[in-house]
Order: sequence, then C-alpha cells, then structure tokens
Amino acid sequence: MTTVKTGIAAELIPIYIMGKRYLVPEALTIMKAIEYAGYQFIRGCGCRGGVCGACSTVFRREGDYKIYSGLACQTVVEPNMHLAQIPFYPALRRPYDYAAAVADGAIVAQLYPEVFRCVACNACTKICPMDVQVMDYIGALKRGDLALAASISFDCIQCGLCASRCMAEIPQYHVAQLARRLYGGKLAPRAEHLAAMVGRISSGAYRALLGELKTMSAKQLREVYTGRQMEPAMTDESWRPDENVGL
Amino acid sequence: MSVFIPLGVLDDAVIRKIAEISGENAGRCMQCGTCSAVCPMVESMQPSVRQLMLLLQHGQSGAALEASTAWTCAACHTCLVRCPRGIDIPRVMEAIRQMVLRENLDRINPRGIPAETLAAVPPIALVAAFRKLTA
Amino acid sequence: MKISYYPGCTLKSKARNFEDSALASLAALGFEVTELERWNCCGALFSLTTDDLLHQLAPVRVLIRAQQAGAGKVTTLCSQCYNTLARANRLMREDEEKRNTLNQFMTEEPDYHGQVEVVHFLQLLRDEIGWERIRAALKRPLTGLKVAPFYGCMLLRPKEVGIDSPVKPSILMDFIAALGATPTDFAAAEECCGAYQVLAAPEAGLKRTRRVVEAARASGVDALVLSCPLCEYNIGKQQQELAAPGGALPVFYFSQLLAVALGAAEESCRFDLNAAGARELLEERGLIAAAARK
Repeated sequence: MTTVKTGIAAELIPIYIMGKRYLVPEALTIMKAIEYAGYQFIRGCGCRGGVCGACSTVFRREGDYKIYSGLACQTVVEPNMHLAQIPFYPALRRPYDYAAAVADGAIVAQLYPEVFRCVACNACTKICPMDVQVMDYIGALKRGDLALAASISFDCIQCGLCASRCMAEIPQYHVAQLARRLYGGKLAPRAEHLAAMVGRISSGAYRALLGELKTMSAKQLREVYTGRQMEPAMTDESWRPDENVGL
Repeated sequence: MSVFIPLGVLDDAVIRKIAEISGENAGRCMQCGTCSAVCPMVESMQPSVRQLMLLLQHGQSGAALEASTAWTCAACHTCLVRCPRGIDIPRVMEAIRQMVLRENLDRINPRGIPAETLAAVPPIALVAAFRKLTA
Repeated sequence: MKISYYPGCTLKSKARNFEDSALASLAALGFEVTELERWNCCGALFSLTTDDLLHQLAPVRVLIRAQQAGAGKVTTLCSQCYNTLARANRLMREDEEKRNTLNQFMTEEPDYHGQVEVVHFLQLLRDEIGWERIRAALKRPLTGLKVAPFYGCMLLRPKEVGIDSPVKPSILMDFIAALGATPTDFAAAEECCGAYQVLAAPEAGLKRTRRVVEAARASGVDALVLSCPLCEYNIGKQQQELAAPGGALPVFYFSQLLAVALGAAEESCRFDLNAAGARELLEERGLIAAAARK
C-alpha cells in the first residue's frame, strides 16, 4: 500500500512500459502512471482531457492475443498491462484549394486514391480509441458520400492509430477531415437562425448594449456576470431565462 | 519471341510456388494455344498466355515474372471457360502477380494517375486496378 | 422472402443512372427490394489466391450485412459486385476450413455460413418477375430499336456463378425482346471491355473499346445494353478517345431501357450521366420527349 499525492491510499500494481516492469499506484491514468514511473512527456501529451488525440496508447493484456488502445490521459492502468505510446504515426495530409474544391467523391479519389485499396479488414475500427467506425467511413468515401463520412467520423480526434494499422496504407483521419471540411463548408444546410442573428448584429441591434458593458468597471462586469440567471445543470432545450436582454 | 530451354532437369520451383498460391498446376497445360486464341488482351501482351505457360513449365521464373502477360491480363476469365485442360489460368496469372506484389513492388502508382482520370473513372475501376496491381 | 439490395460504390456515385432507373422499374413492376442500410465495398474483384483470405473479408462482410438484415437473398446491379459476392458466397458455403478461418478472424461479426443467396438483378427479372409480367406492364414498347447485349465478363464467368451459359447466353437477348425492341446479337457480346486496364494499360484498353464498337456497328445495331459500370465507362465513355467515324454508338444500362419501356419517370434514367448519343437516340425514335437544349 502506498500513498499518492492526493492522500488516497492505493495498491501498487505492475505494468510494463515499453517492456520494462514498473510498480505504479492503481487507479492512475496511463499518462500519470508513466510520469509516476519517472518519464517526462515532452511530446505525445496535450490537453490531458481526452480531446486532443496526442497521447494514444496501445497495450496488450496477459493471456489475450488482442491489441487494445486508449488515450493515456483517459485510460486507467490495469495490472500487467503491456503498453507503449504511439504519439505520432506518419500520415501526410495533402494540400488542396478549399475555395475551388467541389464537394463530391472525385476530390477524395484525386487526393487520396489509396482509399480504394481498403480491403475492409476493419483493423482501423478495432484500434480506434474513440470507437469511430473507421472502416465504415472509408466505405462511405469510396462511394463518394461525404455527408455520411463526416457524420461517422465526427468523434475522430486525429490520433492516427487507424493509419498505423492500415494494411492499405491509407491516412484515414486526414481523409475524414477532408470530408468533414467539405461537408461543413459546402454541403451542410445553412442554419437560418444563424444568418438572421448575424444580420441583427451587423444591423447594430446590440451596439447600445455593448456600449453599456464597455463603460463598466471590472468589478461591475464581474457582478453582472456572476449575478446572471444560470441554466440548470440538467435541463432540456425548452429552458429560457426569465429575462433575456441580450437576445 | 524465343524461349531459352535449359538442358538437364527442369526446375519446378516456380510451378510449385504458383500451385501454392493459386491451387492450380500450370504443368498440366498441353500447349494447345486456345487461351491465347481467345484472350482479348493477347495483342497487347508479350509473350502470349500459352508462351507464358511454357516458360513456367520450363522453370523460367525470371522471364515469367518480367513478362507483361500477367500485368496485361484483365482477369476476364475467357481462357478459363475455354481451356480444354480445365486449368484456371486466371488463377495462374494472379499467382504470378502476387509473386511480384508480395515483394512490396507496385505495378501502378495510385498517386501517379492523372487527376482528371481519377475523377472520371468509376470507383470499381480504382478498386479493381489497385487490387490487381498494388502490393 | 426478403430480398436485400446491395448497391455497391459505383451505383451511388458514377452510375446513379443505373440505380435510379432500376429501382424506378421495380416500383413500376410492383416488386419490392430493401436497400441494405450498412454496407461496404465488396472489393470489386474476387481474389484468385488460395493462400490469402484477407481479400475475402470485404465481400463476406457484405453477405453478413444481408444476413443481419434478415434477407434470404441479396441482389446487385453491378456485374462486378455480383461476381465478387456470388463467388465469396460459394467459398463460404463450400470450403469449411476457409469459412472457419474467416469467421474466427472477424470476431466483431456474427458467423456466416452462406445462408444468403446472391442473385443478379437480371435473374430477378427473369426468374422472380418473369418476361411475361414485364411484357404485360410495358407502357412504351421499344419497337424498332435494334439493341445488342454486351454481357462482358462478370455476368457469365466462371460458369459456377454465371447467370447464363458462359459461351451462348440468352438472358439479355430475352430481356431486349421483352421490351419490344429487336434483339441483335453481335460478335463481341461476351468479350471483355478491358476492365481495370483502362488505368494501367490504357492503349490496350482502347483496343478493346474499338473492337467492341466496330463489331456492334458491323451488326447494324442502334445501341448496346450492359450491366457493368466499368464496361459502361470503357465502351461508352471511352469512345470519345477513339474519334470513330459515324458518331457515338449509344450505350445504356439495361435498366434504363426497362424504365423507359415501363413508362417510369424519365428523371430516373439520368441520361445526363450516359456517354454521348444515348439520350439523343431515344429522342430521335420518339421514345422520350426531346429535352430543351442548353
């Protein structure tokens, strides 16, 4: 039994980092366990919040043939896990002229023809730490369905593990990003309420209100901010504040 | 085309390798030439299908792998339907392609295809070509 | 029995004219198929190696999707998809060792034993619907139109999965006759279009285009019908590379002529996606209304 900084008593468990055995407190994330073991992250560590995709880890469990994956900042250590960080895997993103690009399947074929080498082995989906159906979005791109690919790949954090496993040598996450960018900018229906709001702002509807805020002291601003009516933590879309001066 | 046939015991290594990959015995070919006669691509390949089978039977693996035959084959299966010996020649062609591709040698560069072609061809053209011609 | 429809990649992109006209035709005939919700590329060509099962994963996964959808049959329009799926299905039915290996490899999928039957759309027309029912449903018989079938490779070979005789097929001739057109055989009907060699050996491919078009012209046909988007590209679109005398030989997907004959909405035919000459031929024969020229 050992005591870590938090004061919580924790059992020490063995893990193997790049083949070397370390005893680390249970309940640590892989990232903290690696630091506990004495390593320092210079790269391969970003937000520590599970969204930046910099800290992908692959690991195996004893008595099991499978390869597992996780984000080091999110995955809790297990006894006898054998792990290594794959902070980066070479996968080149191809430049293109976004303004001139036509949002259909042809641009995928032109920039990443290797997409058509996919054999549906599904290794990409199996390794994805975000549970993205990678094989399915590659399938969607082969048939030129950018909208479907954008939708399926929405949770992708660009960690690159898919590319590391691809037997067709496809840089999947860059192709998915191309699909999302083209879909978002050129195919997704425009939100009418957004255009209306932008119109109201540019027509000067909020100029007086902003002017008022600009005259306030920092103290007054803080009071207005902290004194505002807060949206309850658990509520649905129907919630409205009693008074809505800004909108 | 001339075929160099060495004296002595024939080397059957390439025939055995092809059998391993494809399950087909190219040694059963009786050189009737039906395959070449019905092959839609024969005028664009060197040597012909029959001649390629002869090279294999004489253990000429180098010449067989360097020949354009298997790489010009369109896997149309006409020879399979017509072969009086019932040899699945498309599988023999596939095995020859695989012997090269498995060395990680591509016969077509996907990124080297002109952009207008990539945009114009149906997806099945790309999938099929990359399956047959890339490692 | 539920019949699933597997579109395949090309039907959703370059060959919308094939899919839309086929589905509109089925609707006109009152025959129902259900499109698979989830599917992947079939791989386009059946792998011909015995020691590599990785390339069988794609078609087998598609068959698993059909099984998951509760289908007894899965039908395709694209000849390449048909050939690949049908052969992979035979592999799963007949080769126990490979079936077990594939099932064990795909731990994320349910086991598959070849329960689903793979049928080409033309087989549905012939065997499930029947030429008589089609004949009875015609709104606009294609009288006087001389049409030749271009089978290509994948509908007929190998014979284990061929939808008709590999050397003397009649299914497309019967189809053309059922539409009221004049079926016209020609010397290159079962030949290869050059397939994927359009990318690797384009000159060799163009020789195929020339051979097929010249043989069809020699038989005095008005148009070709076919069932494969790669044939359509090589024989239809690639004609522009030939600069052949006498203008373009029109090439149709068989389903487009079916839709016209059944009087389905013309939008479903998407003639704008065909190579030159197709729409013009039908206009000239008064089979479709003349479009406003841009």
